[in-house]
Amino acid sequence: MFDRRVFLKSSALAMFGIGSAPHWLARAAEGVERRKKILVAIFQRGAADGLNVVVPYGDPSYYTLRPNIAIPKNDVIELDGFFGLHPSLQALKPIFDAKQLAIVEAVGSPDPTRSHFDAQDYMESGTPGRKATLDGWLNRALPSEKAPISPIRAVSLGANLSRTLRGTNPAIAVSNLNEFQIRDTQSSNTFEGMYEGTLDKVLKGTGRETFDAVKILQSVQKEKYTPAGSAQYPNGRFGQSMMQIARLIKADAGMEVAFADLGGWDTHVNEVGAKPTQGQLANLLTEFGNSLGAFYRDLGDRMQDVIVVTMSEFGRTAKENGNRGTDHGHANCMFVMGGGVNGGKVYGKWPGLDKEQLYEGRDLNLTTDFREVLGDLVTRHLGTRNLARVFPNFEAPASMMQIVA
Amino acid sequence: MKLKLICGVAAIAAVTALPVLSARADLFHTKLPKDREILHALNRLTFGPRPDDDAMVKKMGLKKWIDQQLHPDRIQENPVLAAKLAPLESLSMKNAELAANYPPPQLVVAIATGRAPLPDDPEKRAVLEHLAERYKNKISKKGVEQSLIPPAENVPLTDLLSADEIRIMKKGTPEERAETLRTMPAEKLQKVIFALPEGGRKGLFAYAPPDVRRKMLLTAAPQQVLAHDLLEGKLYRAIYSERQLDEVLTDFWFNHFNIYLDKGADRYLVTSYERDAIRPYVLGNFRQMLEATAKSPAMLFYLDNWQSVSPDTAKRGGKGAKRARGLNENYARELLELHTLGVDGGYTQKDIIEVARCFTGWTIKEPYRGAGFDFNPRVHDNGQKVVLGVTIPAGGGIEDGLKVLDIVSHHPSTAHFIATKLTQRFVAANAPASLVDAMAKTFLQKDGDLREVMRTMLASKEFWSQSAYQAKVKSPLEMVASAVRATGADVTFAFGLATKIADLGEPLYKKQEPTGYSNSSAEWVNSAALLARMNFALALTQNKLPGVKVDSKKFEGDPAAVAKSLLFTDASAQTRHAIERGQAEKKEPAVIAGLVIGSPEFQRR
Repeated sequence: MFDRRVFLKSSALAMFGIGSAPHWLARAAEGVERRKKILVAIFQRGAADGLNVVVPYGDPSYYTLRPNIAIPKNDVIELDGFFGLHPSLQALKPIFDAKQLAIVEAVGSPDPTRSHFDAQDYMESGTPGRKATLDGWLNRALPSEKAPISPIRAVSLGANLSRTLRGTNPAIAVSNLNEFQIRDTQSSNTFEGMYEGTLDKVLKGTGRETFDAVKILQSVQKEKYTPAGSAQYPNGRFGQSMMQIARLIKADAGMEVAFADLGGWDTHVNEVGAKPTQGQLANLLTEFGNSLGAFYRDLGDRMQDVIVVTMSEFGRTAKENGNRGTDHGHANCMFVMGGGVNGGKVYGKWPGLDKEQLYEGRDLNLTTDFREVLGDLVTRHLGTRNLARVFPNFEAPASMMQIVA
Repeated sequence: MKLKLICGVAAIAAVTALPVLSARADLFHTKLPKDREILHALNRLTFGPRPDDDAMVKKMGLKKWIDQQLHPDRIQENPVLAAKLAPLESLSMKNAELAANYPPPQLVVAIATGRAPLPDDPEKRAVLEHLAERYKNKISKKGVEQSLIPPAENVPLTDLLSADEIRIMKKGTPEERAETLRTMPAEKLQKVIFALPEGGRKGLFAYAPPDVRRKMLLTAAPQQVLAHDLLEGKLYRAIYSERQLDEVLTDFWFNHFNIYLDKGADRYLVTSYERDAIRPYVLGNFRQMLEATAKSPAMLFYLDNWQSVSPDTAKRGGKGAKRARGLNENYARELLELHTLGVDGGYTQKDIIEVARCFTGWTIKEPYRGAGFDFNPRVHDNGQKVVLGVTIPAGGGIEDGLKVLDIVSHHPSTAHFIATKLTQRFVAANAPASLVDAMAKTFLQKDGDLREVMRTMLASKEFWSQSAYQAKVKSPLEMVASAVRATGADVTFAFGLATKIADLGEPLYKKQEPTGYSNSSAEWVNSAALLARMNFALALTQNKLPGVKVDSKKFEGDPAAVAKSLLFTDASAQTRHAIERGQAEKKEPAVIAGLVIGSPEFQRR
């Protein structure tokens, strides 16, 4: 099938000519480099309604609070006798059963804001309550390297470099891998020379990152990509983002962290349709679940090196509103998927949904700080030791949740 | 050597990945050379110079030209613009007309089931009757729940078109396709549009004459016409209007009071919002603009204030009590954080709640049918409030909200915040405090007169300083509009350019968050966007963008002269050498022009 060494050799040749490939590429081509761990972060923008995603069907208050939009017990996909998945997340069930999917409940940012913008900003910067942070947590989470590094070490899917990946480590934004190029080679070279020579420091830096990445990705583009395991990615932007991340992982071109997002979770109105599998939330979860499911199938054994983690800026009100929807809330749930995950289990202390158990009397209370989950992935999966640099001012609990096996 | 290059990536990126996009702070007191003043003014107060602008301003005198730009009503508008805008009829409609003529799917369903009337305009009436019929046929087959209107008719195209016509539609050149559509009798054309499958429609869309394009949109999903008109209108104005500062400021203030076009009813409320709540005030009074936005259905819907009611409403009983959900802080928060005081402007969470209480009852009559602002005293919180230390006595009704607007629009933090944002857009990311203070002072002294604030800025030494010159990287809109203006391209399909702007990272009217797009280039200087800029540049000058025609003959001749004609100043030695080296063998004028438009220099303004 796809020969990694051949690919790496060809890309090394394309980029540097014989005999002058950088160390990391040469090492990788020899197949002696330790395989780097990869972390993929997914952001559900708009505040996903965690209570209807991972349904606490065992908590009777859930049904009292949501007479019209609760997911009936008979419709949920059973997980552990208390929680069940929304029926549109069928694709995730086998992964949970294979113990490669863990769920964290009642998790999120401790900051009380219910502003999408602030809360996304805080979660992406990794510094709740602090607006002056310039870089994102996933950029800081990259292990420091003495050896030369790949120009596509950090990849953000979409036309903008996500806040999560901004920072001092080089990071590129890619909307579409196949279009990450200047089609006419002569013009491409001319542009490269122009940006290489310019005295404009900002554009010179971005130009260099860009053309280095272009060369690496040329070899990826040459191969037509066919997902393995008969995986079928949804056609939407998110499914295509996940497919491109899988493609980059399998290309072994040095990617260590990636970011993708999926918007539309702000379901104030018509969150749930006539049936639980209808309505805005069901549509989004189908795209979300099927994309993650396809990614898992596609990567197959490579999932051993990969962890995917999902997050959303805050949860939604425990009680439904008057429009078959929910408003801005507090705690939420997160998914952690990967070969090296202690999965098949729901983590986190359930705070309960009775009036006095709710945050400010209305929202699911927070029992786990999202940085504890990410902290575990950063330290024990990516191998970055200095957690205080990634999450400054975060006081990690004495015994951290250990989701990484 | 090459190995060294890659080793350097980490080091250089470490310095540049968080670009310090600030101008050199030490030269804000160094005067810009006289011969750069006109170019600087054109770069800042327009969407980029056109080939003859320099001469025009020279002839008129820079001072007079600036004064004219500050009084757009005194500028004779470009007749070309009027012609381009003429077909975009939704731009001049009121909300109710917009909803009736370009209904969302729910309203088409309402029409089909006899719960809403058809529009009066015969053409739209015919299309909507047709869509309603399509829907009714579907209901009878599938039952009522499915509220989707089938996307196309089940009439084979072969019943309507000759084999030759089908061949042209599928495989003809753009010109041939446009010609076939143009010459088709109206009735036949409408039938063909009804029968075109989605893929076929997309393939023809870019090449169809403007009126046929609108028919296609109207037939596919009537509401899409509104977004189409908005995007085209904005771009035609940016490219062709003589009142350039007015356009630049409308863009700035829309972004300041940002609204996301794709949020529910905002799909049709944004048209009047930009036209009636933003545009009339950009060189007028801030307090008036603030009130216009506060009362606009678009803002009330976008930031949910239309649903914000006094928490006591449910207790009071009566109509609406059952559905009443209480206070919604969304608008109150953004009013203070984003519209006026700024995030560090000195307000508390308590102030947010008090402001939200003041605005309870500010709502919309029938948001999906296009009625306007409404104050509903029944759901208003009539108690006493304290906002930023000012007591608002009980029983004020609608006056409570107006009082809040008075307080915040005269607040020193607002003056400072607005002045800062204007300098970020017009001067540099890090303009000195002296300039911000001077503009804030004018803002307060002249009661929020925005023309006066602009005057203070345009009279400052900081604006005309070495540090301000070329200090800004163009935003995606600025890049695309300035490239079209510099090349003198004729645009007949501005919608296509709007998709390019989206490729560059900032789709028009589609910033979901109320923050609007950042004024800092850090948001749009990245690899995907940079490649998109270069690819756009090459496509533009080689006439590869449908509906955008560049006369590439004018790029013939000495590359250095071509570069100068597009940059309006000499290209850097580095850029000239790169072009000379890179294009030594095959000198293609259109490609050279594309390289100049994609060069680092052209990305700056």
